[in-house]
Amino acid sequence: METIARDAAHVLFALGFPPLLLGVIGKTKAFFAGRVGPPVLQPYYDLIKLFQKGSVIGGTTTWVFRAGPAAGLATAALASLFIPLAGAAAPVSFAGDLVLFAYLLGLGRFFTALAALDTGSPFEGMGAAREVTFACLAEPAFFLGLLVLAKLTGSLSMGGMLGGSLAAHWSTAGASLALVLLSWFIVLLAENSRIPFDDPNTHLELTMIHEVMVLDHSGPAFGMILYGAAIKLFVFSALVARVAFSAGLGSAWLAWPVFVVGMLLIAVVVGVVESVMARLRLLHVPTLLVAACLLSAFGVVLLAR
Amino acid sequence: MNTSGLTLTRAGQAIPRGSIAALPFADFRRVVIDQAREGLAVAALFGDVPAGSERVDLYVVLADRESSRLGVGKTTLELDAFASLTPDCARVHLFEREIAEQYGVRPEGHPWLKPVRFHGSYRSGHDAWGRGPGEPIVVGVTDFFRVEGEEIHEVAVGPVHAGVIEPGHFRFQCHGEQVFHLEISLGYQHRGIERSLVGGPDKKTAHLMEVVAGDTSIGHATAYCRVVEALAGRQPPIRADALRAIALELERLANHTGDLGALAGDVGFLPTASYCGRLRGDFLNLTALICGSRFGRGMVRPGGVRFDVEPSRVEECSKRLKKALRDVTTAVDLLWNSSSVQARFEGTGTVSLEVATDLGLVGPAARACGLECDSRRDFPSGIYRFAQAPISSWNTGDVFARAYVRWLEIERSAAFIMDQLQSLPDGPIEAPAGALRPDHLAISLVEGWRGEICHVALTDHAGRFARYKIVDPSFHNWMGLAMALRDEQISDFPLCNKSFNLSYCGHDL
Repeated sequence: METIARDAAHVLFALGFPPLLLGVIGKTKAFFAGRVGPPVLQPYYDLIKLFQKGSVIGGTTTWVFRAGPAAGLATAALASLFIPLAGAAAPVSFAGDLVLFAYLLGLGRFFTALAALDTGSPFEGMGAAREVTFACLAEPAFFLGLLVLAKLTGSLSMGGMLGGSLAAHWSTAGASLALVLLSWFIVLLAENSRIPFDDPNTHLELTMIHEVMVLDHSGPAFGMILYGAAIKLFVFSALVARVAFSAGLGSAWLAWPVFVVGMLLIAVVVGVVESVMARLRLLHVPTLLVAACLLSAFGVVLLAR
Repeated sequence: MNTSGLTLTRAGQAIPRGSIAALPFADFRRVVIDQAREGLAVAALFGDVPAGSERVDLYVVLADRESSRLGVGKTTLELDAFASLTPDCARVHLFEREIAEQYGVRPEGHPWLKPVRFHGSYRSGHDAWGRGPGEPIVVGVTDFFRVEGEEIHEVAVGPVHAGVIEPGHFRFQCHGEQVFHLEISLGYQHRGIERSLVGGPDKKTAHLMEVVAGDTSIGHATAYCRVVEALAGRQPPIRADALRAIALELERLANHTGDLGALAGDVGFLPTASYCGRLRGDFLNLTALICGSRFGRGMVRPGGVRFDVEPSRVEECSKRLKKALRDVTTAVDLLWNSSSVQARFEGTGTVSLEVATDLGLVGPAARACGLECDSRRDFPSGIYRFAQAPISSWNTGDVFARAYVRWLEIERSAAFIMDQLQSLPDGPIEAPAGALRPDHLAISLVEGWRGEICHVALTDHAGRFARYKIVDPSFHNWMGLAMALRDEQISDFPLCNKSFNLSYCGHDL
């Protein structure tokens, strides 16, 4: 009974909280720009509005185009089940689930790219090519980071690697964990199409990466894409938060406040990064992703003593 | 300037049409090519069909920046074809396409003869492409340059864009992310302004001039007024000259500030983008403080200006200008001090001095390549005969240079306005221009914020406009943007485009 209640809470939180992160990022950026900015809850209003709209579907598209948004949302929501949130264990956990976790996200990207290619628009093809190219480089950084956690905790499940035992390792393997943290933060920015990789607010179709792939979607389909993107941001933020604030997450009373504040803090940091720096030239994006891989790799090397 | 065969004049002077040297076409062609090689700018090259004639006259206005002199030449085409000048003088390529489209005369040997604005010929029955009189002409439907190959893909953008901007069609020949070639096809904004000016000036004329390019209202209105005043043989009062210059420089300030903000926005650098967006409004409001319109509509009229400023508003204006300049300095310094922004600006969209010279670029885009041209210095008129803003140039020809030249101009224009406000000459602001002299030609050159604006008017025997030619700086510069994209990343196009920020409607007329 207790497990069911806990898992229900997990699912509710993972589905309800993500748009708030987008709202906090928007508010932070508005602050730096000297504006009031939209309300923190604006992403929720946007989603409600989109789900009430009709959709326009291009005559040249097939079922793949319609499957894209649904697959993107479903895979992100499923992936969120493998991450332990505050103090609680993850609802789904088994040895080796890290591979399933990574490739659920990969599957979502695969369908988004296919849906983009399905439209036949040269822009969307361009965006799909960019997205998968950069994903190839973000993936090793993520896996090398997992390798560090696996070695430290001796577990091969996401729940185990990010579980309570992580806190103890900050004192013994702090350098490795700090490198992984930095590397994963870069991966978070890349995977969620934030500056310096992509500009989620741009209207310039030739410079977009993720946004250009979803140009043809509208109404509820576009709502699903936005919602899926928010959940994906939530998943990556939770990963970073579990590593960064593992010490505070050990205590039963403090776990939830620390987790929620930690997540909001990550959103603020993303907003600050977006406010103080410009986008990279597309040519230089791989360089930064390779740097993220190297950070994680050094984390592994440090443990190999 | 080697005067061979051309009639010499100055900007803001009227000369009788009869005094313009009429050259045989071969001589005309040789003079233009030779003089262009010597470094003279082609300010205008246009056709005209004199009343009661079947033949097309070509006029050329060559501008010598060294001596501030203009050379005007004329030739009459015997046939509906002539030997194109473009192979020997690249900077006339678009002028020749324009002449071919307007008058149905074919420049033989033009490397890429396409319509410019997609309208029918002014001379019915004569068409450079052999199209019948009733044949529908669809904007943008024409031949496009193509690169063939398995790995080449073509990206077409526009005429409808994702942002709220003017319509234009861009075709990229790409190899992956690399652009081999960009072709720009405009004409969607063609309104027939030049044709509707014939028979003027009338009540409408000044209003039309203000919307040739809406963001250059003061620039085009000033160029028009100088032409009318030259034809009427009257100078406006000196106070009016000073107020016109203040309005022109405010227009420059507002647009350059907006451009710097937009450049920051294009690379996703928020602080400068949002502050400059607001500060552009502050400069526009200064124009509104003077004349009640943020874009200076109704301010400049033949004979002078319509709005005077009393000492209290002069005071207010300098106070607000100082504050706005301080804020812009802060916002723009962020741009120069942010390495991530500089990494995007530097080395992107480079145009060499050689290309800029060959294409005859004008304005900040040319000065960013190290081409020292500024009509305020080279062909001074009005208050610029007595007061000068130093010319602002840079030498790298990239996005950074175009941004930096804008910033230098912001500083110098603001200082210029301050000086003018402090030493505003006394006297009236308007002196009726009177009737235009019949059968004359007058040219005016004004440095608008985008560059050199050239207006040429020919009057008929009754003193009405028989032909009115407008050359917006964008007309010279669009090809510069296409060249800037060669071998660049397609994702850098919006940034390069913004760094030029050319007018669609100023080109399309």
